Amino acid sequence: MKLAVQVNEGPYQHQATDSAYHFTKAALEKGHEVFRVFFYHDGVLNGTRLTTPPQDDRNIVNRWVELAEKYDLDLVLCVAAAQRRGLVDDGEAERNGKDATNIAPRFRISGLGQLIEAAIQSDRLVVFGD
Amino acid sequence: MSDVKKFMYLNRRAPYGTIYAWESLEVVLIGAAFDQEVSLMFVDDGVYQLVKGSDTSESDMKNFMPTYRTLGDYGVRHMFVDQASLEARGLTTDDLIEVAWEDWETEEEVDNIVEAVDADKCKELMAESDVVFSF
Repeated sequence: MKLAVQVNEGPYQHQATDSAYHFTKAALEKGHEVFRVFFYHDGVLNGTRLTTPPQDDRNIVNRWVELAEKYDLDLVLCVAAAQRRGLVDDGEAERNGKDATNIAPRFRISGLGQLIEAAIQSDRLVVFGD
Repeated sequence: MSDVKKFMYLNRRAPYGTIYAWESLEVVLIGAAFDQEVSLMFVDDGVYQLVKGSDTSESDMKNFMPTYRTLGDYGVRHMFVDQASLEARGLTTDDLIEVAWEDWETEEEVDNIVEAVDADKCKELMAESDVVFSF
């Protein structure tokens, strides 16, 4: 089955990102295709490489990165949500005159059209949120 | 795009207090470009999103109520409201805004696409949707 995943909540604050991660990983391990993981609302905070959780806790950001590297997973942060919450890549830094970037590797920032497209192209859209 | 899907945007939260309602609306507006069959559903505190006469002037929040009135122009064909959620909050459809819709090709017109439906109908509408975006 071809799946699209939407993540609506920030890491650590909310179970949604953990559930989304475990669901996505399990689906990929079972041989399903994950067309895209789209991060919206505070979900975009899953994509900052500056996250530093305590050493005895899970690293939610790195976990996504490793999954993306293993399965060539498309991890997309919504640009409007990212701008509001200070998630910046090279392009955004240049466009908006920011002096730093913080996006984690394997993530990219793009528009809401990527969510709509994922919903159209996939057999199921699975939403994780409050 | 090969085929048209039935999209439902499920709005469950009050318009202000959290950003879900506004960012849901942003998806609807962007999604219009994809020409899908689009309905919105308002349940729980989400019904407050359609209450007319909201005034945000003293809360320093952008009032996005006018945007709902334009949704007919963004390809939204139905705006369903859960009747029980209205009743639980002492509201009726008279308290809600009206949203007009017109098909520019066929000139078919509907004065108001906001419609209260019971719980069974809500279930049915969700079940027959291809995609439910939950906010």
